[in-house]
Amino acid sequence: MNWTVAQRILGLLLMMFSLTMAPPVLISLIFSDGAWLPFIESFGMILVAGIAFWLPVRNKRKDLRLRDGFLVVASFWTVLGTAGALPLYLGEIPAMSFTDAVFESMSGLTTTGATVLTGLDTLPESILYYRQQLQWLGGMGIIVLAVAVLPMLGVGGMQLYRAETPGPVKDTKLTPRITETAKALWYVYLAFTVMCMTGYLLAGMSLFDAICHAFSTVAIGGFSTHDLSIGYFGSTAIDLVAIVFMLLAGVNFSLHFFAWRNVSISHYRLDPEFRAYIFILLMVSAVVVVSLTVLGTYADWDANIINGLFQTVSIATTTGFTTANYAAWPGALPVLLIFASFVGGCAGSTGGGIKVIRWLLIAKQGAREIVRLVHPSAEIPVKLGSGAVPARVVDAVWGFFSVYIVVFGVMLLAMMSTGLDQITAFSAVAASLNNLGPGLGEVAAGFMTVSDTAKWIAIIGMLLGRLEIFTLLVLITPTFWRH
Amino acid sequence: MKILILGAGQVGSSAAYHLSREESNEVTVVDMRPDVLRELQDRLDIRTVVGHAAYPDVLERAGADDADIIVALTDMDETNMIACQVAYTVYHTPTKIARIRAAEYMNARNLFTQDAIPVDVRISPEQLVCEYIEQLILYPGALQVLDFADGRVRLVGARADHRGSLVGQKIRALKEHIPNTEGRIAAIYRDGKSLQPEGDTVINDGDEVFFIAARQDVRVFMSEMRKLEDPVRRVVIAGGGNIGVRLALALEQSNQVKIIERDPERARIISERLNKAIVLVGDAADEELLLEENIDNVDVFCALTNAEEANILSAMLAKRLGAHKVMALINRPSYADLVETGSIDIAISPQQVTIGSLLAHVRRGDVAKVHSLRRGAAEAIEAVAHGDSRASAVVGRKIEDLSLPKGTNIVTIVRGDQVIMAHHDTVIEADDHVILFMTDRRKIDKIENLFQVDVSFV
Repeated sequence: MNWTVAQRILGLLLMMFSLTMAPPVLISLIFSDGAWLPFIESFGMILVAGIAFWLPVRNKRKDLRLRDGFLVVASFWTVLGTAGALPLYLGEIPAMSFTDAVFESMSGLTTTGATVLTGLDTLPESILYYRQQLQWLGGMGIIVLAVAVLPMLGVGGMQLYRAETPGPVKDTKLTPRITETAKALWYVYLAFTVMCMTGYLLAGMSLFDAICHAFSTVAIGGFSTHDLSIGYFGSTAIDLVAIVFMLLAGVNFSLHFFAWRNVSISHYRLDPEFRAYIFILLMVSAVVVVSLTVLGTYADWDANIINGLFQTVSIATTTGFTTANYAAWPGALPVLLIFASFVGGCAGSTGGGIKVIRWLLIAKQGAREIVRLVHPSAEIPVKLGSGAVPARVVDAVWGFFSVYIVVFGVMLLAMMSTGLDQITAFSAVAASLNNLGPGLGEVAAGFMTVSDTAKWIAIIGMLLGRLEIFTLLVLITPTFWRH
Repeated sequence: MKILILGAGQVGSSAAYHLSREESNEVTVVDMRPDVLRELQDRLDIRTVVGHAAYPDVLERAGADDADIIVALTDMDETNMIACQVAYTVYHTPTKIARIRAAEYMNARNLFTQDAIPVDVRISPEQLVCEYIEQLILYPGALQVLDFADGRVRLVGARADHRGSLVGQKIRALKEHIPNTEGRIAAIYRDGKSLQPEGDTVINDGDEVFFIAARQDVRVFMSEMRKLEDPVRRVVIAGGGNIGVRLALALEQSNQVKIIERDPERARIISERLNKAIVLVGDAADEELLLEENIDNVDVFCALTNAEEANILSAMLAKRLGAHKVMALINRPSYADLVETGSIDIAISPQQVTIGSLLAHVRRGDVAKVHSLRRGAAEAIEAVAHGDSRASAVVGRKIEDLSLPKGTNIVTIVRGDQVIMAHHDTVIEADDHVILFMTDRRKIDKIENLFQVDVSFV
């Protein structure tokens, strides 16, 4: 273990994060909402903490090992939950307890989008903006951003990148240099944000709302500046813009990168994960829309279609925007949508969940077993596209899946033991572990009414979900600490 | 610069290591073995691509269409040549470097032309290693001999012993000892650490001293560091592989050469190729055989088989039986460090020998040679100054006025046949070969930039 190097990078990351307090101050001054002080205070505190970490070890320049990468990423995200909570905790409005502030900031950074705040429409603009910005930073990954802008990380950048980016296969780089890869990802992300913002503007949002919602849309976050979420606008055009960009943000960003570099979109069609992703969304949407129409949930046929489509995309990509109270939908629909969030986005996207590619591999293994029963002596590799998937990756997928289930079960029991009913507890764990946001039952609108213990369980769940469990889990295994 | 390295073997990985350390390079490595690539990518900031190095679609995936240099270092000569051909024909890659082992290809006339097999630079590790050993045999007592300016200047490393006349004295005394020669001490390693040589530095018994001198002065300098050894007469080579045979051919006219080969069939073949050298069939680690052939009178014993462990053991045995100096071909740097401090006089690392000349071809501008000193703690660079005082940042300027990166010294200037030891007020002229030392390899691109001629100069 390389404590000093990890400490140095942690310090650097904190110093970098402190700079993200500047835009909210600017927003506060523009709208003169008088809420700039907590941001300045937080800036100072985070910067001082960062310097305190960095200063004693600033000259230790060793390469980061694989283990150190896990340590840095896990501890940074943990620290970030608290550091990001500072402006919310220190401000007089919205007057949050420590638990609530950490919950809100972690929910933002992990792009979960569950909230404990009510009366969003009356909050200062700077606070609203800050929540959206947290989601945006967490979406592509603040550490990936650090890798892009801090060239001194060198090879260590790869270790950090691997520990933060979701998906089962992380060795493929878009460019030879990890810094360039991280930059490319952020450029694509930035481009989507700008496009999404323009879309919202054209669809009729104010500039402030357009920026804020663009942030949480491309990050697959789900925070909004209004209590009614996207439903506040009541505009089909805005719903459609949101649907398109949630869809795009749930796709592996390396596909977008190739589209941008080669100016072609033909490779989307060839990517097995992309096809599965679209297929799943189409199937779920079809079921939802047909059910809504048959049961006559909404009077107008187009309301059935647009609400069905919007909620499906929003929940299945784990965004968590709402235009309708889907928790009150009839029959199995609410639970179907929660189930869809377990699939989530593609690997290397900003979406949460288990990721489409893992489900695809699991399904292919299932199919292989069936073929094996018929042809006992056949040699059947698990194939993805044209190539066979290495056995190691398949093993890792199963490992991830089983750990996910175990973690889910343990958290479900913990949630229920705090006094929540089964539906609430189930959906609360799904909403946090899948980085979804809204749940069912008591947590359909947010986590305001649940106990502090339940909030902390959800905080842990969100972090586990964002870092795909293993990055956090390795830290509590004895193997990791053994020399 | 975008660099494509084909083959992640010993030389391939160490080329990737050296090149990826420089910030301006983007390195992609292609190999057929995914596990080797995964391990490499864990250590280095590079991209890796699994596949056959000569297939166009693999090269395509590795980014051949905008690569500046392709370096083909796979095990197969044929793969390397075809890869260069594909890169030239399909992707118009400007610079193509290939490792070609077989002397049969290397010696063929009109083979490596643009309309036949377009390989711009051919590197033969066997030839390089062989030349390297020849130099060591030419200068008994030397640990490393590097040529600069086509051999007019040599950089020699030697272990100081108490019989050398400078040992125990300050470097400044060198001028009084040998007033009429030009030369300079460039680096000193003591107990594995490098010292910056100053006028006041005292040379101790056991130091590894690197000095640079004109070719004719090397022996005089050597006598300052250690007792001059008699020229080598009797050489025993263990291993009749490519390197062994090449070396035997080069040495057999001037020395008594014996070569030990285990395989009788191979021994017969090489005995037909050699004229004066004696080919012995047997095991190089066979004590009886070595004693029979008077190992205690042998000046140099070179273990050059493919198996490095066998090389280490047979060299140690030869040393114990009385061979005056033993050398062993060792690939792993950690082994080299292990044995060189004790039982084996010189460990020869083929990859390090190869990498030096390989990297020189990858360099931009007018950096003609880059050699790593032993253990890679410092680099010796030869750069050529072109242009005039307007277009070049070095020509017409005094050394003290140059903006050299920290830890870099200009040691020597070769002007035509003249070797000039650099002083702070020496003025650099056009077409001078400037030899520099630098301790931090990562700043090498600064040197490249310094010596690059302004584009407006034609």
